[in-house]
Amino acid sequence: MKVTEAVKLLEADVLCGDAGDVEICSACGSDMMSDVLAFVKEQACLLTGLVNPQVIRTAEMMDIKCVIFVRGKKPDEDILSLARAKDIVVLRTGMSMFSACGALYSGGLRGGKPA
Amino acid sequence: MGITLKYNVDGEDFTRAGEASGEIKKTLKKLGFPPETVRNVAIAVYEGEINMVIHADGGEITADLSEDEITVTLADKGPGIPDIDMAMKEGYSTAPENVRALGFGAGMGLPNIKKYSDGMDIESVVGQGTTIKLKFIPK
Repeated sequence: MKVTEAVKLLEADVLCGDAGDVEICSACGSDMMSDVLAFVKEQACLLTGLVNPQVIRTAEMMDIKCVIFVRGKKPDEDILSLARAKDIVVLRTGMSMFSACGALYSGGLRGGKPA
Repeated sequence: MGITLKYNVDGEDFTRAGEASGEIKKTLKKLGFPPETVRNVAIAVYEGEINMVIHADGGEITADLSEDEITVTLADKGPGIPDIDMAMKEGYSTAPENVRALGFGAGMGLPNIKKYSDGMDIESVVGQGTTIKLKFIPK
């Protein structure tokens, strides 16, 4: 799935990065970064309600190219500039975690297998 | 190749935790190590770096790179680990509540480090500190 399609499904705002370039093949939804780090899947996106720079760091280490903040949470400029530096697309949706995951799943995205 | 990288990890600033791991990742990528190896090193070292900030007020990370082996040493002068077997169990955590609110402290740090490395050796003395040596075989 292209990130541009995820933007439509989630009625999301693109806060930084070029959504048109990025393809995602699976998704992981968690507020616990340790759990995200235990999950590896190629070209995954990360949905989270946690807002701090470690979300972007976690994405960086995992080669995650798209981070989606749920429940309308707004990352500050420090977080966005870190994401820009690491070439990570950041989206924000007003949907809850459950609804956002459901919308992407209905759109064809799957969770992938745990590592 | 024989390159050594050294980083001091600041224990005061949680928001900067991960800078050293990010630099190591960037260097490995630039040197042409396989992507899976680069990611495994990055994740394991990042978990270690987070641990240093959460538990030990910072520390030092040294990475020795050669074509057929990467070794990383994470050394701190923190409180030490009283029971390493317990600390290696998934879900066991001594992290305070404020750390959990930041998305860590689920008791996955050390198990994740083990999972992503090809060799892990922990030496810890209570009251003196912890040294973790990691080995990665590029593949």
